[in-house]
Amino acid sequence: MSNLQVSVYRYNPETDSAPYMQEFQVDTKGRDVMVLDVLHMMKEQDSGLAFRRSCREGVCGSDGMNMNGKNGLACITPLSDVVKNNKLTLRPLPGLPVIRDMVVDMGLFYKQYERIQPYLQNDTPAPAIERLQSPEERDKLDGLYECILCACCSTSCPSFWWNPEKFVGPAGLLQSYRFLADSRDTATSERLSNLEDPFSVFRCRGIMNCVAVCPKGLNPTRAIGKIREMLLADAT
Amino acid sequence: MVTNITSFGRSGLSDWLMQRVSAVILALYTVFIVAFLLFNPNLDYYAWSGLFSQTWMRIFSLLAFIAIAAHAWIGLWTVTTDYLKSTRLRVGAQAVIILGIFVYLVWGIQILWGA
Amino acid sequence: MSNLRSLTFDAIIIGGGGSGLRAALELAKSGKKTAVLSKVFPTRSHTVSAQGGITCAIASDDPNDDWRWHMYDTVKGGDYIADQDAAEYMCSEGPKAVFELEHMGLPFSRLDNGRIYQRPFGGQSKNFGEGGQAARTCAAADRTGHALLHTLYQNNLKNNTVFLNEWYAVDLVKNASGDVVGCIAMCIETGEVVHVKSKATVLATGGAGRIYASTTNALINTGDGIGMALRAGFPMQDMEMWQFHPTGIYGAGTLVTEGCRGEGGYLINKDGERFMERYAPNAKDLAGRDVVARSMVMEILEGRGCGEKGDHVFLKLDHLGEEVLGKRLPGIVELSKTFAHIDPAKDPIPVVPTCHYMMGGIPTNIHGQAITMDENGNDHIVNGLFACGEAACVSVHGANRLGGNSLLDLVVFGRAAGMFIEGALNEGIEYLDASESDIETAMKRITRWNESEGGESIPELKAELQEIMQTSFGVFREEKNMLEGVDKLALLRERISNAYLPDKSNAFNTARVEALELDNLMEVAEATAIAALERKESRGAHSRYDYPDRDDVNWLKHSLFFPATKELKKRDVNFKPKTMDTFEPKVRTY
Repeated sequence: MSNLQVSVYRYNPETDSAPYMQEFQVDTKGRDVMVLDVLHMMKEQDSGLAFRRSCREGVCGSDGMNMNGKNGLACITPLSDVVKNNKLTLRPLPGLPVIRDMVVDMGLFYKQYERIQPYLQNDTPAPAIERLQSPEERDKLDGLYECILCACCSTSCPSFWWNPEKFVGPAGLLQSYRFLADSRDTATSERLSNLEDPFSVFRCRGIMNCVAVCPKGLNPTRAIGKIREMLLADAT
Repeated sequence: MVTNITSFGRSGLSDWLMQRVSAVILALYTVFIVAFLLFNPNLDYYAWSGLFSQTWMRIFSLLAFIAIAAHAWIGLWTVTTDYLKSTRLRVGAQAVIILGIFVYLVWGIQILWGA
Repeated sequence: MSNLRSLTFDAIIIGGGGSGLRAALELAKSGKKTAVLSKVFPTRSHTVSAQGGITCAIASDDPNDDWRWHMYDTVKGGDYIADQDAAEYMCSEGPKAVFELEHMGLPFSRLDNGRIYQRPFGGQSKNFGEGGQAARTCAAADRTGHALLHTLYQNNLKNNTVFLNEWYAVDLVKNASGDVVGCIAMCIETGEVVHVKSKATVLATGGAGRIYASTTNALINTGDGIGMALRAGFPMQDMEMWQFHPTGIYGAGTLVTEGCRGEGGYLINKDGERFMERYAPNAKDLAGRDVVARSMVMEILEGRGCGEKGDHVFLKLDHLGEEVLGKRLPGIVELSKTFAHIDPAKDPIPVVPTCHYMMGGIPTNIHGQAITMDENGNDHIVNGLFACGEAACVSVHGANRLGGNSLLDLVVFGRAAGMFIEGALNEGIEYLDASESDIETAMKRITRWNESEGGESIPELKAELQEIMQTSFGVFREEKNMLEGVDKLALLRERISNAYLPDKSNAFNTARVEALELDNLMEVAEATAIAALERKESRGAHSRYDYPDRDDVNWLKHSLFFPATKELKKRDVNFKPKTMDTFEPKVRTY
């Protein structure tokens, strides 16, 4: 088994005038390791290689990146899922400014998350115990609250590429619907009125790249459809 | 809430709804015209002109023209806001599109109701 | 050093995990000038990986549940060196803290009556151990930590907390009187180093599981707060107490929640025998984690392990059925498929005890104030320094933490620290400013790395450190092996102080962060090693072949490691809860 050929996007703003692709040879000893393991092996060859990582089990959302053309989490993507012809190309998440190597500036992504007021709002006085919620009402949050903010979806979405300041993006909209769908939230009409402009929600063209790449198997397109339905019901 | 002044209805929801309603109108109109052509294989000027001389057909056609105008504006406005990042270029392109749609509408009405 | 830019806050919270965010929320609501400084974006903190739940007597599953029963379990689980005043505070305040989380929006799973779903966890009982297994762990499926951390972050956004995300705290700054008056911190994105001035510095930096080669902990769990406090000369408590979680996925180290066993899963050896029935006839697979982990190692050592090498056992879940797995343990199904390549609805999961939690840490009182001890054994408050969460040792976990108690610890003591600091700030805090030389002292370490011109590589030294800890300070320990480990660590410390940082660039230099983390791993490892060697008994998670029994005559004590002299002293355990009778030490069986 020959070494894995890895081609990595490199850019250090202090020394490079432009980004370039660097070739690495990585000996995985024939094991089907995760892409994150490969990055660590490369970092042993070149300690300057910069990438984010934390939990290494797919729940913290640090290591979203573009692997052979598809966004995903490096820590839960085995080589067998992405490597073709013994070659792996790693690039940072598309559409966001690169700080260094695989590290992107996620500021715009977080700004859109903050814009949807991602917290429960309830204007009734809190009871002495928990607010009650039936299992059926709670079930509506499944497939929504699990988002890890890795940005794989939003950065694979052309609408977000073209209008990252105005289109909330699939991740933010999924969270928006998480609160719209919560039986304990009382800010529905305010939330909806913040979304009815032509950009925030309606820039979604339903191409479903977000669904194709979500490492947690979530479906932002469906959530966006539900938001549209709620807007329609509210306004007609 | 993102503010904007050049979209069709100033609201994403109304634009979105308009896009779908106009699409349905255009689909019905297309189906009708295609069916008319199929059922009249030896179509001549008189039959065609006769169709369009009826008031209901003129209203139906006007509705379709307006639907095309709205549909085109919403769609092209979206395209310009996606791809044209220079404000000057975008406003210019939008002005040209508006003018084009206006000319088309006036011309269409002229044909339908004129002389 | 006067060219260092300074930032001034009323309180700086170092660490953006559960306890840090909970403390920050309290302070943000009070309007104090507060900032959270975190080396990762807050929702990437390790709290996000917590699965099974938050244990608390909210009396949902059992309307007659009582926090005193929970306290009993906690004290017993900790093998009687948990401070009973602290355990009392945690268990009695817990319901309030959990209901607050629910009001903030945490999406707990629910019972049919609409109340929060609770599942059984290890070491839980009703009626002070007399009433059988309790179900006391409040859960959001098997993603409770994720739900909790995101909820806390969201509520901090709501309350406009200031975040210094992707900033790394390098060292504490002490003034001439020895008070902590801030820290030196580095913005990772730009490499800028600043002096953060603060009247209260909260270390909420979490655990340090990365001192071991095999751990369930995130790669970021490098004990930064522990390292900082030790370098500043403050003692560490009970550092020998490391929890090995029974069910880490074999080979990968990723955690499989105790909730699996709570929902009815159990461990089997190569003969398919449910071996926990032999070791813990009553609680079986839901005995304390230390007990289960030791039993597993015994099975493996006695040749009943599974796999070709016979070096792990199996966790059987298939009998629960796909519906229960999908509803209650969806994350586990995902993790098993990704990391063990099996579907738990069909096959058992290969598991092995894996380093999971640091019971020890910075000794604090229930307000989060850091404590040191003088020559006469009297406690003293360290002015300006606070700790909460895994970095702190209040101590509610004693020698072994119960499952689900860590999340409760985070929110209860994060909240308590926030409330106390708010009060103290209202009363007014005045400490001497740090002098130039005080700041220079805190800058020493980063300057050393920046000026390094050659030497050994950081990843290799880290791997060596992890191997030493794994070999000499694992589930079972004994003198000879530990002595060797301590010697090797002493040599390693010398080598690390001469190691080399090749990349000196400023923009998002992760190599520099890893260098600074290595220093902290070294501090934690050394404190652990010396404390483990000196505690000559077996208690809770600390098991010695050479001292197999608990020794209440000599060791019903906290250990306190002093970094300056590398000495281990004893500190009294609190046996005086405020509202109830003491739980006297008993033989601990499950």
